Amino acid sequence: MRQIAIYGKGGIGKSTTTQNLVAALAEAGHTCMIIGCDPKADSTRLILNRKAQNTVMDMAREKGTVEDLELDDVLLRGFKDIKCAESGGPEPGVGCAGRGVITAINFLEENGAYGDDTDFVFYDVLGDVVCGGFAMPIREGKAKEIYIVTSGEMMAMYAANNISRGVLKYAQSGGVRLGGLICNSRETDKEYELISELASKLGTQMIHFVPRDNEVQRAELRRKTVIEYAPEHKQADEYRTLAKKIADNKNFVIPTPITMDELELLLMDFGIMEKEEAVA
Amino acid sequence: MKIRDHSELFKQQDYQEQFERKKEFENPWPAEKVREISDWTKTEEYKELNFKRENVKINPAKACQPLGAVFCASGFEGSMPFVQGAQGCVAYFRSHLSRHFKEPFAAISTSMTEDAAVFGGLNNMLEGLENAYALYKPKMIAVSTTCMAEVIGDDLNAYIKTAKEKGIVPQDLLIPFANTPSFVGSHIVGYDNMMKGILKALWAGKKGEANGKINIIPGFDTYTGNYQEIKRLMAMMGIEATVLADVSDTFDSPNSGEYKLYPGGTPIPDAMDGVNALATVALQKYSTVKTTDYIQKEWGQKTLTLSPIGIRNTDAFFAELSKLTGKPVPAEVEAERGRVVDAMVDSHPYVHGKRFALVGDPDILLGMMSLIMEMGGEPVHVVCTNGDKHFEAEANELLASSPFGGNGKVYAGKDMWHLRSLLFTDPVDVLIGNSYAKFLTQDTGTPLVRIGFPIFDRHHLHRQPIIGYQGALNLVTMLVNTVLDELDRKTEGSASFDVIR
Repeated sequence: MRQIAIYGKGGIGKSTTTQNLVAALAEAGHTCMIIGCDPKADSTRLILNRKAQNTVMDMAREKGTVEDLELDDVLLRGFKDIKCAESGGPEPGVGCAGRGVITAINFLEENGAYGDDTDFVFYDVLGDVVCGGFAMPIREGKAKEIYIVTSGEMMAMYAANNISRGVLKYAQSGGVRLGGLICNSRETDKEYELISELASKLGTQMIHFVPRDNEVQRAELRRKTVIEYAPEHKQADEYRTLAKKIADNKNFVIPTPITMDELELLLMDFGIMEKEEAVA
Repeated sequence: MKIRDHSELFKQQDYQEQFERKKEFENPWPAEKVREISDWTKTEEYKELNFKRENVKINPAKACQPLGAVFCASGFEGSMPFVQGAQGCVAYFRSHLSRHFKEPFAAISTSMTEDAAVFGGLNNMLEGLENAYALYKPKMIAVSTTCMAEVIGDDLNAYIKTAKEKGIVPQDLLIPFANTPSFVGSHIVGYDNMMKGILKALWAGKKGEANGKINIIPGFDTYTGNYQEIKRLMAMMGIEATVLADVSDTFDSPNSGEYKLYPGGTPIPDAMDGVNALATVALQKYSTVKTTDYIQKEWGQKTLTLSPIGIRNTDAFFAELSKLTGKPVPAEVEAERGRVVDAMVDSHPYVHGKRFALVGDPDILLGMMSLIMEMGGEPVHVVCTNGDKHFEAEANELLASSPFGGNGKVYAGKDMWHLRSLLFTDPVDVLIGNSYAKFLTQDTGTPLVRIGFPIFDRHHLHRQPIIGYQGALNLVTMLVNTVLDELDRKTEGSASFDVIR
């Protein structure tokens, strides 16, 4: 069983990419599971074809305590029998979402949610690493692989670098390694080259460049992955390629995060900063 | 079955055999090695390393904020201390206070569990207030917090408003609150925060006619005798005073055979009237910093901080009170002063030149240092785990003011394990501290005078005042008799084992 955590800047397309990728893995015959680690609970919508089911924390609240929770209450199966669970959590502004992630993952683990027959467990983790709770998937030898979803936008790259820093911390104490950057294209200037270069600076690879395609949005509106909605579409093949690359990946590293200055230098080297400054 | 006495229990053969057998599993270091390391911890070299210690505290002389908060909250009539947080924390506050006072102590926990930690503690607060009000019929519910509620950022103000808006508790029920994270400050800060919270809620913007009274805020003072004493002294001076947070009945209620949930406390109307007083006198400084600041700024009322421990401090206390109220210090008080001065003269040959180590809360330390130097004793090591740089400066100033302070050094933020090193490398004659300091006595043989909080292993010490002239007399008695007890121990079997001291 491989446990994989997907991180990246908020709104970059982590959940969409993860679900399409997992759908492709499942289609290829792998047994998969997705655990959404985000109080918004939207990490499994495209697999289940509906908005998140009962989250672990919602059910825990309903029953009064986590101990009274049954696995069947929170573990559902969707497209190609992919197992789905959402940690859930509080409304914005109250309580502690990070603690919710810890509680949920502990519950799923203790109750054998992963099973022996699961090939891949994916953790789809909210935004940047914001506190210890959101690092739960990579703590204590859970997920040993991390992929960071990014794009050629500066703040997405900044976040990718920041997340590498978090990974570095756990890489030294635990066994977690960075498997690569997934570029979810925003069609910015020289995006392919830029992310390839950032990846090499971080000591890793750009494992795949996912081009932008509106078919993804069309599928999403129908609460489906492209794999399910338009299996023949070329975008479905992109996700299949990504899935294969991840399944075959052997390139796992301790990342080498760079400084903010180095990051800006990188953007200048690619002529992006200059260009913007000229406009300004 | 014969019940064996605890003091002899573990010396008996069956236990001794059991301890011997356990060693097989414990795989302990050889006794010789243990002795070697034990001896090493007494050296100058170890002391140096000990004072470089950064990542561990060993026996810090302090408790946490909510303990001070519930203590403060219990000093008002019909007031129920109410803690937003986990059960274990409140069990600790209750047992800690009960062990010191040998009295039952009531406080409520909202029993926050895992789901509350994630979703926030609103429901716990609402249900807690509803139950507390229905079951215990308090006149006031004083809310403080534990770490858990603070880390997740529970909004007490909003929660309490919600409870009132939903009609769970009456709109006019007094529900003061204070944020008291245990990982910041200590019990004295928690006391301060809760007191300020209570005064804010009591005041609520209403100001009436000046009443000419004096408010007395004792601070985190665990001597019930001090409360009786301050009331006695105020009566002697002819000053009408309101003790804010009068915990004396809470922790020293008469045994009438009937349990009272609310045995006393400052009457709420009196406390409300505090805003109209002539001035507020705080008897401790470091547990009333925010409260006195609040009273000055929001009430526009004069505040004085006068801690009457020792002769000099008590003199200043009466002089200032006299200046404030225009009332003379009565002859009876002067007679009391004369008596204690006489007692000090009687005892000073045994205390003069004696070296003291002190550990405890900042205000008690300052008072004790002052008293010791008045008798010619030398404060040598002054350890204050919950002391800040202001305390350090004030204590150093005090040492510099007396010829007996020259050998004194102040250690703010240090713990009892630091003090242990000091007691080995630079020994003293007498140690002053709470019950936990008895382990220092065990290790170093330095006799202990139990002053401060908590005192678990001696009874009734909290019933005797340590403030005012009467308090000074009690302290002198404790100090000199400890010196004399030690003298007897040291001279046993010799010609110096004298009947007259």
